[in-house]
Amino acid sequence: MKLFPVRGGVHPEYRKERTSELAIVALPLPSTLYLPLQQHIGAPAEPVVAEGDLVKKGQLLARGAGPVSAPTHAPTSGRIAAVTQVTAPHPSGLPQTTIVLEADGRDEWAELPAPIADPFAADSQAIRDRVAQSGIVGMGGAAFPSAVKLNLGTQNRLETLLINGAECEPYLTCDDRVMREYAAEVIDGARIMAHALGAPQVVIAIEQNKPQALAEMTRAAAGIAAVTVVGVPVQYPMGSERHLTQAITGRETPAGKLTAELGVVVHNVATARAVHHAVRFGRPLLARVVTVSGGAIGKPANVEVPLGTLVSELVAFCGGLSQPPRRVVNGGPMMGQPLPNLDVPVIKGMSGILALTAEETNEQPSRACIRCGTCVTICPCGLVPVEMAAFIRKDNLEAAAKLGVTDCFSCGSCSYVCPSHIPLVHYFNYAKGSLAAANREKRKNDQVKALVEAKAARLEKIAQAKRDAAARAKAAAPSTPEASA
Amino acid sequence: MTTAYTDKSGPFTHAPSSVAKTMATVLAALLPATLYDAWLFGWPAIFLFLFTIAACMALEAATLAAQGKEWRVALSDYSVVLTGWLLAMSLPPWAPWWVGLIAAVFAVVLAKHLFGGLGQNVFNPAMVGRVAVLVSFPVQMTAFVAPHPLFAAASPGFIDALGITFGHAFHFDTMTAASALGYVKTELTKGVPVTQSMPGLMGLVGGARPGSFGETSAPLILAGGLFLLWRRIISWHIPVAMLVTLFVLGTVFHAANPARFTDGTFQLVAGASFLGAFFIATDYVTSPVSKPGQLVFGCGVGLLTWVIRTFAGYPEGVAFAVLLMNALTPIIDHHLRPRAFGRTRTGAPLPLKGGK
Ligand code: SF4
Ligand code: SF4
Repeated sequence: MKLFPVRGGVHPEYRKERTSELAIVALPLPSTLYLPLQQHIGAPAEPVVAEGDLVKKGQLLARGAGPVSAPTHAPTSGRIAAVTQVTAPHPSGLPQTTIVLEADGRDEWAELPAPIADPFAADSQAIRDRVAQSGIVGMGGAAFPSAVKLNLGTQNRLETLLINGAECEPYLTCDDRVMREYAAEVIDGARIMAHALGAPQVVIAIEQNKPQALAEMTRAAAGIAAVTVVGVPVQYPMGSERHLTQAITGRETPAGKLTAELGVVVHNVATARAVHHAVRFGRPLLARVVTVSGGAIGKPANVEVPLGTLVSELVAFCGGLSQPPRRVVNGGPMMGQPLPNLDVPVIKGMSGILALTAEETNEQPSRACIRCGTCVTICPCGLVPVEMAAFIRKDNLEAAAKLGVTDCFSCGSCSYVCPSHIPLVHYFNYAKGSLAAANREKRKNDQVKALVEAKAARLEKIAQAKRDAAARAKAAAPSTPEASA
Repeated sequence: MTTAYTDKSGPFTHAPSSVAKTMATVLAALLPATLYDAWLFGWPAIFLFLFTIAACMALEAATLAAQGKEWRVALSDYSVVLTGWLLAMSLPPWAPWWVGLIAAVFAVVLAKHLFGGLGQNVFNPAMVGRVAVLVSFPVQMTAFVAPHPLFAAASPGFIDALGITFGHAFHFDTMTAASALGYVKTELTKGVPVTQSMPGLMGLVGGARPGSFGETSAPLILAGGLFLLWRRIISWHIPVAMLVTLFVLGTVFHAANPARFTDGTFQLVAGASFLGAFFIATDYVTSPVSKPGQLVFGCGVGLLTWVIRTFAGYPEGVAFAVLLMNALTPIIDHHLRPRAFGRTRTGAPLPLKGGK
C-alpha cells in the first residue's frame, strides 16, 4: 500500500522494550471498585443503582445521558457501597460522583443481551445500539463515545475504517500486546464496525516498530479482502487521527472538519476488540489493558484491569514504586495527563500508568529562546510555536489565536525538542483554555446583548404603538368637536 | 506520593537537547580550523584569540551583573564563548588587543545586551563587532600577515608575540600582506585584470595565505560545517542557498567578463564564504525560523556578499551581507510562515474536495 508523507514530528526515545515482550496478565479482582460517572467525553452518566443494591457482573450501573454520553456497568458482582464523591483521575485532583462497588468475590454474571448472531446481516443501527449500550468509548485515550462515531456513516459516504494501531506514544505497549494476543478479535470487531459505518474497506495501521503485531495482524487478516494491514513509519504523532488519515490516504482534513468528511473514520484497536465482545457475546466494557511502566515502577507490565480499580492497587500489583516518581502520568508521556496521586480509579480511556523518574522526564529550568526554529520544523500542524509562545508570554492571546494556537492539539513535539526547555505546550494549553472561556463569555454576552436588545425593541415597539395610538387619538380628537360644531 | 507534580502540562519526557549542548557542538566544529590557524599564525594569533573570547565572557558577566541578573547561568550555555570565538576568527590574527576589546564591546554589550540579551538581538553580535572595528580602524583591520607557522624560524616567539598583541611591536608597513580578495580588488583598481591577480586555487584551498582565521582554512571550516549538518545542529538551507547564489553569480559574471569578475569557485573558497555560510549566517537568533525563510535568507546573504565584494569599497562582504539580511529576518519570518495543517496559506480552511 502506498503511503503519503506527513509533515513534522519527532522521534522520542520509545522505551517500549520494558513491557513489549510481557504478555498481558489479569489483575486479581480487587475488593472495591470505584466507577466515576464520567469516564468519557460528553455528559456524565446517570446512576440507576443506589447504596445497598446488589448487582451482578455486567449489570448496568449508570445509563448514558443525552446524545453524547456512555453508560457504565458493574465489572464484577457485589454490593453498591455508596454513590459518592471520589477523586477523579484528572490533574485537578477534584472529586467526581462515583459509584463504589464492593465485590462479593463470586464474579457472577448478570443476564447479558443476546449475541448478535450474524452481525454482517444485522441492521447497522442494531450494532450501534449494542455498542452504545455496552458503554464502549475510544480506548486510545480520547474516550469519545464510540457509538456516536459509528453514526458518522449516516451523514457521510465512507470509504475506509482506519484502525489505529500506531501506538506512537513512548512506553505504551497495551495496543501492541492486544494486537499480538487477540488479533482475530480486533479484526472481527473492526469488520463489524466497518459494517455499521457502511465503509467498504478496513485499513489497520501499525507503526513499523511493532513487527510482531504487524505479523500477527497480517496473518489474522489473510484471506479477508476488505481488510488491509499496513506498517506506517515510526514518527510521533503518527497516531493522531488527522495525521494517520493523511499518511494512509494522502488527504489533509480541512480545519474544522472531521476525517469522516473525507470518507475516513478512525477507531483504536482496543475499541475494536471491545466491539467484538459486545456484539459477539453481549459483554459490556468492563476491563481494559493498561501498560504500567516507567523507571519508578518495580515490575512494569501490561495488565488487564477491571475498570474502577484503584491505580494504587494496580501499581502494587506491578511491584509497587521502587523510588518516588517525579511524575505520575495517565496515558503516554507526550500527551498524557499528570496525576496528583495514585488514589484514583482506572477508567476506560486510561491506556497507561507511568511513574517517571526525574531522569526520565529530564525537566530543566527553561532558558531564553534561541530561535533555533526546531519547533517550527517539527510542528505536525504547521504552526509557529516560537512566535505563539512569545505572544502568550506577553498575554497577547488574540495575536496567538491569529497564528493558529487553537489548531494546536497539544501533541507535545515542540516542548519535547526545545533546547531551551521552554514549556511551550503549557503556554498553548493556557491560551486555548483562556480563549475558549473568553469565547463562551463572549457568546454569553452576545446572547445577553441580543436578549436585552430584543427586549428593548419589544418595549420600543409597545411604546411606539402607544405613541401612534395617542397621536391618532389626538389627530382624531380635535376634528370631532369641529365636525360636531 | 507527594513528590509527583501536576504543575505543568506534558510532555513528561524531553529530548536530550540543551542550549549548552548545541553551542558546544558548534565550538567543537570550529576547533580543527581554529587549531590549524593557531599553528599557521603563531603566538600573536593565539593571544588575540584567547583575549577576545575572555573579553566577551567578562563583558557578558559584567553586563548581566550590572542589570542584577544571574550571570553564571548565562556563561554556562557557551553562547557568549561562541560569539567571542567567531569574532576572534574574523579579526586579522595579529591585530592588537584593543581591536579585540572594542569589537567585543560592540558585539556583547551593544549588539546583544542592548537588544535584550540572548535570543532578542536582531543583529549577529560577532559581525556587529567585526564591522564596527572594520569601519573604525581600517588600517589595523586590513593588515593581514602572511602565515608564520608556529615553531618555524620566522615565527615570533612567545615573548615577541606578547609584544605584537599587547605592545607596539607590529609594524604595519613592513609586515602586512593583503588577503586574496583584497589583493584582487587593489590590483583591479590599478587596472590589472582579475585573470592575472586571481591566485591559484590550490593556495587558497590550502589556506597558507594571508587572511583572518576564518578565511584561511576553507577545507577545515567546510568539514566543520558538514559536521554540524550531520549532527543536525544546522540545516542545509542557509549554507546551500548562500553558497549556490555566490557560485552562480560568480560563474555567470565571470563568463560574461573574465577580466572584471572573479569566477564562482574563487568566490566560494576565497574570503570567509564557508565560515559565513555554515557558522555565521546560520546563527539561530538572527536568521529566520522557517525553512523557506532560511532559503530566502541564504540567497540574500549570497547575493549581497557578491555585490559588496564586487562593487563596494570593502574586499570582503560576508559580514555586511549577514547584517543586512539580519535586518530583514523579522519580515522574512512574518511572510514565510509554514502553511498550517488543514488550512490554505491565508489561514482559511482547505476546501473539502480540493484536499487532493
Ligand atoms: S525550539 Fe525552543 S528555542 Fe528553538 S525556536 Fe522553538 S521555542 Fe525557541
Ligand atoms: S503541541 Fe501544538 S504547537 Fe507544539 S508541535 Fe504539537 S501541534 Fe505544534
